[in-house]
Amino acid sequence: MSTLIQRYSASERNNHWLVAIAFILAALSGLALFHPAFFFLTNLFGGGTWTRILHPFIGAVMFLFFIVMAARFWRPNRITPADRQWMRRIGDVIRNRDEGLPEPGKYNAGQKYLFWVLVIGIPVLLVSGIFIWQPWFAPFFPIWLLRVAVVVHALAAWIIILGIVVHVYAAIWVKGTIRAMTRGTVSAAWAKHHHRAWYRETTGK
Amino acid sequence: MQSLDVQKRSATTTTPPSVRVAEEPVAKLIDISKCIGCKACQVACMQWNDLRDEITFHPGYNNPVDLSDQSWTVMRFAEVQREDGRLDWLIRKDGCMHCEDPGCLKACPAPGAIVKYANGIVDFVSENCIGCGYCLTGCPFNIPRISKKDNKAYKCTLCSDRVAVGLEPACVKTCPTGAIVFGSKVDMIHHAEGRIADLKERGYSNAALYDPQGVGGTHVMYVLQHGDQPELYAGLPKDPSISPLVSLWKGIAKPLMSFGIGLAVFAGFFHFVTAGPKEVEEEETD
Repeated sequence: MSTLIQRYSASERNNHWLVAIAFILAALSGLALFHPAFFFLTNLFGGGTWTRILHPFIGAVMFLFFIVMAARFWRPNRITPADRQWMRRIGDVIRNRDEGLPEPGKYNAGQKYLFWVLVIGIPVLLVSGIFIWQPWFAPFFPIWLLRVAVVVHALAAWIIILGIVVHVYAAIWVKGTIRAMTRGTVSAAWAKHHHRAWYRETTGK
Repeated sequence: MQSLDVQKRSATTTTPPSVRVAEEPVAKLIDISKCIGCKACQVACMQWNDLRDEITFHPGYNNPVDLSDQSWTVMRFAEVQREDGRLDWLIRKDGCMHCEDPGCLKACPAPGAIVKYANGIVDFVSENCIGCGYCLTGCPFNIPRISKKDNKAYKCTLCSDRVAVGLEPACVKTCPTGAIVFGSKVDMIHHAEGRIADLKERGYSNAALYDPQGVGGTHVMYVLQHGDQPELYAGLPKDPSISPLVSLWKGIAKPLMSFGIGLAVFAGFFHFVTAGPKEVEEEETD
């Protein structure tokens, strides 16, 4: 049994999963109203009207927990020159040819870019969502603004959904990753291979 | 009820029943040059549809001042000074125009909440309405209103219930001057041509029919004395059309984007099958 390294505290894990659960509910209820092909998803929320009522509240909850999580993960997600080098070799990463990659810290460039997409995208969703939030806020805004907000809201959501599809897949693809968010620990081998700079920093090796 | 054949249905991607082709499109023609602003149409509308708007007092003639969930039609009064210095008192009965290409229906995400019947009437089926307010963004005429009571959208139905049984809309029935007439769209256009010729003889050289083609024509049309300047009539849009933010978005972008999400999921799956997972040997540990 190899040694385990602490990656996330219990509080960070709970924070992440609160955002994740809210995101899944917001995405399903949002997609339900995005295209008729997904309207059947309103059944999960008690019908069309309930979906319309619940969706913005779920989104607001997601925003609040996301703000806390973003503040916690802000520092290790700053982009460095090594990240740009890592990004240039994304083809090798995808083909599982990890030899000689720049050594990532706690997060690799892919994870960092997702973080910044969310940091920009989720506030955009909140603001555009408030403009179209019936019946509480939408009546106070002009119709041209509602038209723009509907498009901006859906576009931001689409980008984030694509980002999260990649995020979830990466967690499945890179074995030993999911336990970081479920148990809080990763194997030393995992850390050394995927986040060598962070491994050195944490273990002093 | 054959006259209630659904021709278009909101948030529905298959073809609604459409084999019956003999249905005659209807139209309501509002001849503004004949309107005396008596508001009998407003009263008839409320009476037939069992609506009672709040009683308010305002300076000026507009009363109620705006459309609401309880006022599906309102008279809009505009005082306009003509080039020869004379005053034109333009009174326009505002309400749903029943577009041939309805923006509200295009914008609506709730299946069957907005329908367009084969006779051209655009109707809100309130029990399917989820109250999202997207119809407001689709409408080029700023007509639908969300009720504060049930958060559902309301507007003129062109008395679809009356028309279905061969009656004319309540406002038409009550109009004392014959400014509002109802019939087949072809007949109404023909009727309007006579009125326009008459107005031109009387010096209104720009008299014209308002049947804007930007929304495919409408099933409520106006005879305008100043057909070249519809904006004079309390801001009637000159060339209304559905905002591209609604039409392009709903038309092309969303199916493509939905496809994109599906593609991303499949790409992940097939990547896993092709390249396999990233695994690390435990021996790497020192």
